Amino acid sequence: MPCSQAGHHPTQADRLMKKTVLIWLALGLAGFVLLPWHMTDDGLLDPSWITDGVAATGLFGTFAGQWWLAPAGLALLVALIFQFTIPEPVKRARLTLGTAIAGLFFMAMQGLIIVRAGPRVFENLLTGDVIMAGQAGMGAGAGICAIALLFAATISLSQSGKGQGDAFVISTIGLIIALVGIFVFFPVIHILVRAFEVEGGYSLTEFFPRFFSADIWGLGCLIGPRSCGVAINSLFLGVMTGIGTTILGLTFALIFTRTNFRAKKFLRILTVLPIITPPFVIGLALILLFGRAGTVTEFFADMLGWEKTRWVYGFWGVYFAQLLSFTPIAFLVLIGVVQGVSPSMEEASQTLDADRWQTFRFVSLPLMRPGLANAFLLGFIESIADFGNPLVLGSGYEVLSTEIFFAIVGSVADPAKAAILAIALLSLTMTAFIAQRMWLGKKSYATITGKADSGQNAALNPVLRGFCYAIALPWAALTLIVYSMIVFGSFVKLWGYNHSFTFDHYIRAFGIDFQNWRLTGVAWDSYFTTLTISSIAAPLTAIVGLATAYLLVRQKFVGKDAFEFSTMLSFAIPGTVIGVSYIMAFNFPPIELTGTSIILIIVFVFRNMPVGVRGGIAAMSQLDKSLDEASITLGANSFTTVRRVILPLMGPAILAALTYSFVRAITSVSAVIFLVSAKHNMATAFIVGRVENGEFGLAIAYSAVLIVTMLAAMLLMQLLVGTRRLRRTDRVQQAAKPA
Amino acid sequence: MKNLGLISVAALLASGAAAWADELSVVCSAEQDWCDLMVSAFEAENPDTDVLMVRKSTGETLAQIRAEAGNPKIDVWWGGTGDPHLIAAEEGLTQPSGVDTSELLGWAQNMAEISEGRAIGIYAGALGIAYNTEILAEKGIAAPECWADLEDPRFMGEIQVANPNSSGTAYTELATFVQLFGEDEAMLKLAAIGLNVNSYTKSGSAPSKAAARGETGVSIGFMHDMVKLAAQGFPLAIVAPCEGTGYEVGAVSIIEGARNFEGAQAWVEFALSADTQSRAPEVGAFQVPSNSNAQVAPESPDLASIKLIDYDFATYGSSDTRGRLLARWDEEVGDPNPEQ
Repeated sequence: MPCSQAGHHPTQADRLMKKTVLIWLALGLAGFVLLPWHMTDDGLLDPSWITDGVAATGLFGTFAGQWWLAPAGLALLVALIFQFTIPEPVKRARLTLGTAIAGLFFMAMQGLIIVRAGPRVFENLLTGDVIMAGQAGMGAGAGICAIALLFAATISLSQSGKGQGDAFVISTIGLIIALVGIFVFFPVIHILVRAFEVEGGYSLTEFFPRFFSADIWGLGCLIGPRSCGVAINSLFLGVMTGIGTTILGLTFALIFTRTNFRAKKFLRILTVLPIITPPFVIGLALILLFGRAGTVTEFFADMLGWEKTRWVYGFWGVYFAQLLSFTPIAFLVLIGVVQGVSPSMEEASQTLDADRWQTFRFVSLPLMRPGLANAFLLGFIESIADFGNPLVLGSGYEVLSTEIFFAIVGSVADPAKAAILAIALLSLTMTAFIAQRMWLGKKSYATITGKADSGQNAALNPVLRGFCYAIALPWAALTLIVYSMIVFGSFVKLWGYNHSFTFDHYIRAFGIDFQNWRLTGVAWDSYFTTLTISSIAAPLTAIVGLATAYLLVRQKFVGKDAFEFSTMLSFAIPGTVIGVSYIMAFNFPPIELTGTSIILIIVFVFRNMPVGVRGGIAAMSQLDKSLDEASITLGANSFTTVRRVILPLMGPAILAALTYSFVRAITSVSAVIFLVSAKHNMATAFIVGRVENGEFGLAIAYSAVLIVTMLAAMLLMQLLVGTRRLRRTDRVQQAAKPA
Repeated sequence: MKNLGLISVAALLASGAAAWADELSVVCSAEQDWCDLMVSAFEAENPDTDVLMVRKSTGETLAQIRAEAGNPKIDVWWGGTGDPHLIAAEEGLTQPSGVDTSELLGWAQNMAEISEGRAIGIYAGALGIAYNTEILAEKGIAAPECWADLEDPRFMGEIQVANPNSSGTAYTELATFVQLFGEDEAMLKLAAIGLNVNSYTKSGSAPSKAAARGETGVSIGFMHDMVKLAAQGFPLAIVAPCEGTGYEVGAVSIIEGARNFEGAQAWVEFALSADTQSRAPEVGAFQVPSNSNAQVAPESPDLASIKLIDYDFATYGSSDTRGRLLARWDEEVGDPNPEQ
């Protein structure tokens, strides 16, 4: 068990921790004394901050009149002194913990109060000219101080006898809570409080009637001709999409792992394509295929005399587009899980005289429960937060995500309504989350253990295999048609009307002047920005996501459920709300990030983290805990265990997290629209502008290039991460066992 | 390519939003090509200024400058329909530019007066009806000529128009009807047209795009958007309604607290000049320019031949009127469950 031996008798571990605390405190002090506390205009490499006096180090600032910077440095110093003066470990740890927390508290307070645009909390607490002058956003010095204080606190907490984990675990929990707090809760609160706002204050009594209005929860569509409320529409769509994508994802996963299907590689690419498609593109392709003037519609109208209808606009169109878009997510979650189901168990079942259907139904399928539940949850959440498809195809079918967008950017901006709708959306997510927990229950799903396990996975029984083929193959064909249309659209003059071949769109977007080696295409700028930002964001997302998954699956701590839900929060909140709340929160000191590329990276990391978490949880639930215990028993600490035992077994989950966060950073749109700036424009914002402008050819050519880029990147990542070897033969049983 | 290294350095070192005096941060709410043309032309005239331009729709821009109020990252907001510019002026989010408007046409000066110099008109576009000639011919439906024609059952399920709650274009239509027919009559007419509407879209330009592609027979929207689609080769015919029609005025505003006010001022002067405005048709922008000396493209809808109402921007741009009209629209027109 990864519990602490520290605290009661000074051991070697104890000395190690003291040393770690010392290193952090020293680093923090160095940051306070040597690095600019505030943000500098030209970055750290430009040494002009040393002389300009505005962005001085914490120490210098303190003496130059910014006395409010002192507590951070003092806390570091006092904590450092404690390390040398107090020999008794528990007492020392408790005092260090208190000092570090006080230091962090004062740091946060000064940052929030001393702002030129006016204090953000406690308006009348501090006054005076120096205070009113405000200060710049926190910079490198402040960042290092904060991290040092945080880790000094968490390591001390693990030593103080209260925390039941080791220093690594508690530090990781502390860091993730701090990050989620700053980059999810802090911004989101800015917009959610608007739901309770009335003139001159806040009111709960006003909130409830508005929240429970028929516009949101009305069930009119069940009993009469009226529409249902937007939340009911979203809920229905979400459940349908969740179920649909899970079933489709499972059939694909089964075909991959349990059949000898010949074109697996090809199928694999098809299942991945929708996930790497920029928004709006699938919707546009569906309109051109199935719209009233679409190719397929025209075909059936001519051949069979069917009436040309507008069925694709409304629920069915959105549902169809969402199935296309989100099935790959379910597949990515399920493939790892289906692969992980132990062949031994299936063989045991067959030895006990179960046929292949019984084995699947009563052994394999129940063991896939975590995967199924996670796939459903992701599909559901993706569906209700999806913005692009309802926007293009929704027509009269109103859902929360688009309503929220237009409550913010529509002709009557109503942030209060947006906040109320966002709360409705969150309550749906929370319900789905709780329902998933109840369904999974407390059972164990571990099938990857330390024991030798060299059986063969049972093949599917013929009926089930036929069923999988019958569902997956037409679906794959449809995906193929949609994508051929997209490629086709990028090479024709005017998609839908003038189908003469042209390279114009590609030349406009990605033209190169070979004489001067200049990039003349209009898309180059946003293309490079997008790739850079996504490549920085992807590994960070994977790290944060998988670390969180590790804590949730392997560690026990107080408030774990709340912690788990809070990590899901940013995913469930619509991008528009996140985008606007990020501006509200990070346009002013203490953390001023708008207009930079950092804000884009951060928004991607925290918005996409939940996928890493879900995938990680699903994969890690299958790793038997005896593996960890064996490692710990042999003297490794939990850090070593993670690195040497768990990580190597997590290959597919790491790959999924990396791939997905990279791809999402490239394709996400609603949050990004508010955060892009002239210097850091993203591909999707560029594409949306072109779509709005009716330049489908250019938008689709750009999308096609992005799709190819992402495919290449994914193959590269697959090579780098490799596949996990489970010492099982990746064979599927050929002939049925004699019963 | 040069950005690649810069960005990663900036990303790692928390460089913050550096604002040099010779950088001008512009949000452009017109079409991308027009934005690009404006930037390159401005930089050619002002070689010392580095224009940082990003394109965002008016709604997105308004939401952003509201959230950034007090510490704006944008200097000037160019293009896009005038209502959000007027709202920004009303809320004190923009500041007077003090630029000479004497060369401008009446409607552009009018906008500057209403906003006390904060928002100045740069172009105008009239509201109209477009229809897909192929669809109407195939179905044997006579083309519309007036707003009243749209009430006719022959257009059952063929009309598409945006929802005024989300689209400024559709709000202009609503306000135009009220000014043409009076409030009660307008609601009755809109409700009658509503029986023929197949869907109220979110975006104002979507109906005309749908009509161009044959997804709907008839659309209501701004005529310059329709001209552009027709110029691209779609079978779209454009109608100036016989009863008369309203129009939008695109605007330019300087953000309150702009870091580079001089640069912003230079931009506004540049944007209002006859030479600059004459170049818009180069990129397929067929709006009518606000400078009386600017050349009007032959394709542009000729405002003189269209019966234009005397659109009252002050009244119909105010939040009170807007709220009241939209509430009535929701109640009397907006069918929550349109026929598919």
